Amino acid sequence: MNTMEMLAWVRGPGLALSLSVLVIGVSVRLLEMFLLGRRPDLSEPRVAHSGWYGLRTMVTRSVPPSSCARYRLPAFLAGYAFHIGLFLIVFFFVPHILLIEAITGFSWTGLNAWLIDGVTLITLMALLLVFWYRISDPVRRFLSNFNDWYALLVTFLPVLSGYLAYHRLLLDYNTLLVIHILSVELLLVSLPFTKLMHAFTLWFSRWYNGQMAGRKGVKA
Amino acid sequence: MDDEPTLTQRLRQQGISRRSFLKYCAGLASMMALPPALAPKIAEALERARRPAVIWLSFQECTACTESLTRSFSPTIENLIFNVISLDYHHTLQAASGTHAEEARRQSMAQNKGRYILVVDGSIPVRDGGVYSTIAGISNLDMLRETAADAAAIVSVGTCASYGGLPHARPNPTGAVPVSEILPERTIVHVPGCPPIPVVISGVIAHVLTFGKLPELDDIGRPKMFYGQTIHDRCYRRPFYDRNLFAESFDDEGARQGWCLYKLGCKGPTTRNACATEKWNQGTSFPIQSGHPCLGCSEPDFWDAGSFYQALTAPPVDVSKWVAPAVATGVVAGAAIGLANRLRRAKAARARQPLTADDVKTED
Repeated sequence: MNTMEMLAWVRGPGLALSLSVLVIGVSVRLLEMFLLGRRPDLSEPRVAHSGWYGLRTMVTRSVPPSSCARYRLPAFLAGYAFHIGLFLIVFFFVPHILLIEAITGFSWTGLNAWLIDGVTLITLMALLLVFWYRISDPVRRFLSNFNDWYALLVTFLPVLSGYLAYHRLLLDYNTLLVIHILSVELLLVSLPFTKLMHAFTLWFSRWYNGQMAGRKGVKA
Repeated sequence: MDDEPTLTQRLRQQGISRRSFLKYCAGLASMMALPPALAPKIAEALERARRPAVIWLSFQECTACTESLTRSFSPTIENLIFNVISLDYHHTLQAASGTHAEEARRQSMAQNKGRYILVVDGSIPVRDGGVYSTIAGISNLDMLRETAADAAAIVSVGTCASYGGLPHARPNPTGAVPVSEILPERTIVHVPGCPPIPVVISGVIAHVLTFGKLPELDDIGRPKMFYGQTIHDRCYRRPFYDRNLFAESFDDEGARQGWCLYKLGCKGPTTRNACATEKWNQGTSFPIQSGHPCLGCSEPDFWDAGSFYQALTAPPVDVSKWVAPAVATGVVAGAAIGLANRLRRAKAARARQPLTADDVKTED
């Protein structure tokens, strides 16, 4: 199998297969969670519309609380940086938009390649900083399990391989492209079965926490 | 042989000056990434070169490879290669026909045993014993095996001979394969392209004649000196890609401004060839310069790599055909698991035996 054959496989059947696993995994896990239902809360609600508290928490939990910023600022910023970076890279790099358009039909304006290039570099450094933070802090190291290291690795690989491919570093471009797409496919199939599932569950859980706390009259 | 005119004399007869010849050699040296000082050495080597016999076999092909080479320059400076070599067999170019033509091939093979260069264009059909393409009653398969046996070097010219090309594209009714599949034990120089750039074809032959060996090849048999870089990396429209300036259709403002053709399906990023630097028609232009995206014609299976007019990142298969059943499967499986959980919980609730204070007996 030469590089072009591998590229054809990862771009075609490989992508279709990994997307299918992603879709099946995410649907199963979300439905499983939703169908569990919630225990009936027989206490009297303290507020009239607790749903608003849910929506509020979706926002408030997404902006940095000042107390966190005082505690190890670089790692705190790195967390935001790589999340925003990943979002920009995935959804605003023109070749990625064209892929999404080919599959879904939706399209929007992309950002300049050089801008995405800069964002990628920041994202890579932020991910490395997060890694270093996790490994250097004894408490975090102790609390980390395989799921944590694996999630970090499968997030890091597509960004690194994409950066190398864009700059044609170390290997031939087509080989790098194969590695890049494969690493993305690994991320796609890993997503529903690791803590990376938070990409789908975070808004539900934030809403749930806020709504539940609001109902109980907790100012969260 | 000694009475034969030298290459320089032959070129002069055709109206090509020594200056033009040296210019061509300098061009070749630069293409091969050799120091300019080597240009006279190439000239010298070409002038001194023994006239090697070349047998050119055309199988399932469209003759564009031959057209590319013979109609490249006017007056034909690429043709100097034909002055250096003795083209003993070539369907399109030879005067002989019928049994005489086949006789010429056999004669050349016998006279130059182990010394002739075999050039092949076109793929070889192997289904049903190779009956789908025959020449003088001989199948392409048999003719290739017979002629390759005593060849000093084998050059596959064009994408069909190198990687199967159009005949090899799905559904490949004739079972077409490239030369390398018939002769896996041989080192074959691939000069792909549909058709290949003339100076690349002649450059490979000039390299063999100058240095007496095959040029360095990449992982799919292409000379690195000509296929070392991608079209995208050497494209004059590359700055537009980086600045996010794309033609969105063939007649929009972007197309008129000459912006990047990536969104219109350009395969430049994954295609290795010399079009962006050597160009076509005496260095006049190349597809991207005339507003058409690169098709990726020097890469294996470019016919089956998705639409020519869909962006490179678009999957070559219909992903929705896979994803739609996946959604259905996910929903059904998720619902089933959710339901099973509920049933389990209901069962547990039914089996629950409440413990009251009366049930607690104190030990005394």
